[in-house]
Amino acid sequence: MKLARIAHAGSIHDAVAEGASHLRLEDGRVVDQDSVVWLPPVVPGIILALGLNYRDHAKELKFEPGAEPLAFLKAPTSLVGHRGQTRRPAGVTFMHYECELAVVIGKTARSVTRQNAYDFVRGYTVANDYAIRDFLENYYRPNMRVKSRDEATPLGPWVVDAADVPDPMNLRLTTTVNGRLTQHGSTKDMVFDIPAILEYVTSFMTLQPGDLILTGTPEGVVDVKPGDEVATEVEGVGRLVNTIVEDWTV
Amino acid sequence: MDAFPRSVIGVALNFRETMVRLGSAFAAPPYNRPPQAPVLYLKTPNTWISPGQPIPCLAGVPRLRLAGTLGVVISRTACRVAAEDTSHYIAGFAVVNDVSIPHESFYRPALRERCSDSFCSIGDPSYLQVAHAEFEINVLVNNVLRCNARTSSLVRSIPHLIQDVSEFMTLHPNDVLLIGEPDSAPLCSPGDKVRVEIPGVGAIENKVVQAS
Repeated sequence: MKLARIAHAGSIHDAVAEGASHLRLEDGRVVDQDSVVWLPPVVPGIILALGLNYRDHAKELKFEPGAEPLAFLKAPTSLVGHRGQTRRPAGVTFMHYECELAVVIGKTARSVTRQNAYDFVRGYTVANDYAIRDFLENYYRPNMRVKSRDEATPLGPWVVDAADVPDPMNLRLTTTVNGRLTQHGSTKDMVFDIPAILEYVTSFMTLQPGDLILTGTPEGVVDVKPGDEVATEVEGVGRLVNTIVEDWTV
Repeated sequence: MDAFPRSVIGVALNFRETMVRLGSAFAAPPYNRPPQAPVLYLKTPNTWISPGQPIPCLAGVPRLRLAGTLGVVISRTACRVAAEDTSHYIAGFAVVNDVSIPHESFYRPALRERCSDSFCSIGDPSYLQVAHAEFEINVLVNNVLRCNARTSSLVRSIPHLIQDVSEFMTLHPNDVLLIGEPDSAPLCSPGDKVRVEIPGVGAIENKVVQAS
């Protein structure tokens, strides 16, 4: 099942994807996917993200993976739904997308082991973890000004049940900008796989249902500009579309 | 704690004494230059505890750093607020004990060091209407004063912190912005009783225990 959160005709609904182009609301109404406003499919208390977790991307950034994952936090206020807009700050020179498989936690998770890690996973969604490289500083890098901006983390379109993703460690990731392929990779190239990440994080943190782990991105990031349509896709999970717009408010 | 707090945001390196002590290191690799924007981190919901609850010290961690600090409680949605307007966005203040595993490097995000379970004790907010007051922070360990700091030593004042954070990240009602860790924040071990006092705001107490 693919479960979305949407706004339709003035109210917010959970909605299940039906066929390629419709959604079924709780009350049985079936609506066209083009007629809804897509919201982030979960409301997390904690969003963790992995840096440099793909072998090729780490190489691209001249980084030697360490013994522990490079994990950082993102503000829940940074989320935006499928078909949303993300502002490119005025005057910046390098803003790039990052296509990521996002893990949605299903039950309270503490001291998880490699062996039982998947018992704590409710499902998966797609994240686009935009970064504004101009604001990168060498303090708690990647710092929040780069990674936690309002509406700069598209998420969705929906959460796919874990049971419907039999091998999350072998999924193709692709990003297209205005239809042109710019990034591709496979989750099999993660440095730390999902069980390793969960085991590490929950050795000191308790995660709750709805919390998110963004598992990192492969190589192939390019600058995106206002007007660009960026589609990040994870095989078997979803295709998340976002449009870059001018930040006209400053 | 009911609906309070919503998000808790901390800022490192915000006391001048710390910048004086570490300043020369920040000109060298891996930093290369002093921080330009506030050095922010989140205190995630798993860290939130109330006064009186134990602060666990994980196995293999000899000591914890207990930074008594002031939490600024946000009253209404604050997005791109100018420093001079920030008083309209402050509901009040809370006494906070911002716990961390001592760490020397500020280069990479300090997730385990800052966000282990129960690493942030938050007192009830005091709904004071003081716009630009100066606060004094005292940390007592086993009834002995170990840290005394004043908000006059902040690198970024409360209005400037709200301005610089809300420039890219909207703050919401009941969000708590921690003003920084006093440079002399004490290191504590299991068994220590830690009290944070901020005259005019309140006092909170927690005990460090060995994690089971």
